[in-house]
Amino acid sequence: MIWLLFAALFWAGALALNVRLSRGAAGRGVRLLVPAIFGLTIVVVWEAVVRGLAVPGVILPAPTAIAVRFAASLPVLWDDFVQTFVKGALSGYAIGCGAAVAVAIMIDRSPFLRRGLLPVGNFVAALPIIGTAPILVMWFGFDWQSKAAVVVAMVFFPMLVNTVQGLAAAGAMQRDLMRTYSASYWQTLLKLRLPAAMPFIFNGLKIATTLALIGAIVAEFFGSPTRGMGFRISTEVGRLALDMVWAEIVVAALAGSAFYGAVALLEKGVTFWHPSQRR
Amino acid sequence: MRSLLPILSVVAAIVAIWYAGAVWMNSQWTLDQAARAGQSLSLREVVADTMVQERPKLPAPHQVAAELWQTTVEKTVTSKRSLVYHGWITLSATLLGFAIGTGLGIVLAIGIVLNRAMDMSVMPWAIASQTVPILAIAPMIIVVLNSVGVTGLLPKAVISAYLSFFPVVVGMVSGLRSPDAMQMDLMRTWNASRAQVFWRLRLPASLPYLFTSLKVGVAASLVGAIVGELPTGAVAGLGARLLAGSYYGQTVQIWSALIGAAILAALMVGAIGLVQRTTLRRLGMDR
Repeated sequence: MIWLLFAALFWAGALALNVRLSRGAAGRGVRLLVPAIFGLTIVVVWEAVVRGLAVPGVILPAPTAIAVRFAASLPVLWDDFVQTFVKGALSGYAIGCGAAVAVAIMIDRSPFLRRGLLPVGNFVAALPIIGTAPILVMWFGFDWQSKAAVVVAMVFFPMLVNTVQGLAAAGAMQRDLMRTYSASYWQTLLKLRLPAAMPFIFNGLKIATTLALIGAIVAEFFGSPTRGMGFRISTEVGRLALDMVWAEIVVAALAGSAFYGAVALLEKGVTFWHPSQRR
Repeated sequence: MRSLLPILSVVAAIVAIWYAGAVWMNSQWTLDQAARAGQSLSLREVVADTMVQERPKLPAPHQVAAELWQTTVEKTVTSKRSLVYHGWITLSATLLGFAIGTGLGIVLAIGIVLNRAMDMSVMPWAIASQTVPILAIAPMIIVVLNSVGVTGLLPKAVISAYLSFFPVVVGMVSGLRSPDAMQMDLMRTWNASRAQVFWRLRLPASLPYLFTSLKVGVAASLVGAIVGELPTGAVAGLGARLLAGSYYGQTVQIWSALIGAAILAALMVGAIGLVQRTTLRRLGMDR
């Protein structure tokens, strides 16, 4: 009962604090502080409610239990992370995005292909590609190669569509200017059209980060060696060891956010000239 | 219509590549069988055999089409071997989850736009949550809800709802914020109350954004429902067909379930597109 009371009080206090903070001038510190307080409140209330109601660990483990399990099984988590993220997701991401950009540059030379491939690509990008996972696992075996293949299939079309759109982004005036310089096709591509396409390419790259991680994890539900984040999640769920599952989810969340953040940082460096990056 | 010919030729090229791939990937099995029986096959026989295998590595398009036809039209809808039956199970979970997720998403977006404290605390998390592979927790949600006695449609719908929730929140917030300063000023000169500004300006202005995120959300819902069917052990639904097919090596069944899911996704996105066009036309917002 005391825990529940504490949860309610903490919730009310944090809420009041946030309302107060958001009324005032919104500096950079406040803009970071308010969501941080909100996140902290959720964790504290979660912990207090789990303790107060004595929720069994097989339904919802407390954050402290998850943290303890996380700290205790660091080697296992690291092993899973390497298997799923570094081997499966990253290699598939690199291959898929690289291939998509290359194909986009190729089909960009032919308006016929562009008119045909773009609607098809848009259509395929909306399909549940994740369903190809069992097929690709069957083709490429249980190890990380099949996970990378699923990731390639997932990131290819969103990336292709974005790159083709980006290559059309350079204005007619700018292209005419390149022509007056008597620039060759490759010079125009490298010095004008690819840089102009970068905001679109990075948009695709950012969408693909999430897709890559999802693809690599879900593909492991269809068969994997005895390590990997998806494998661990599905087996530990079967054993009702939910604190381990949550620890694995924490790893997935951290990896996903860090991956996205890294791409966003790179974008900031590459497309510093774009209006959306200017301050 | 100008792009009809290019699209058709691209689709034709895909089918041709598919056939070539089927011949290439299945010929190994054919050659092995022939070598074991001590026969030598001509190229023609090899190609003919790759088209009709029982469990090919890559089924030829006409095999998948035949399977689709058999399992949708020739079986009765209530039969467990009918793809319509499995498709309906997945579709009902998808639609229920999509409705829940969209409803909650719109409510939260309205709260975010009307309340500054909520905006500053929730919005960064809503954006950050897009970078987290939410689908990974699907098995846990299913098992936990099962263990507290919630079974059937609802656990899958919860995952669908979760996946369609965030696109709707993010899209709806930017939609509700889309009226520019001039339009807001005009409302102020008319002495409009906050409620009037909301109902007459913000809500109509948000509709194009809402429909765009609905299309993203419904595709995500379908993926959620399919993945939600995996951990329950392949009982019913398109995801179960995928899993059962991969257990027993029934590649034709996997492919037909996959194409079935693709058709379902295309139909749902198309339906939302239709609603979008008629709604926006009646509001005079189509371009």
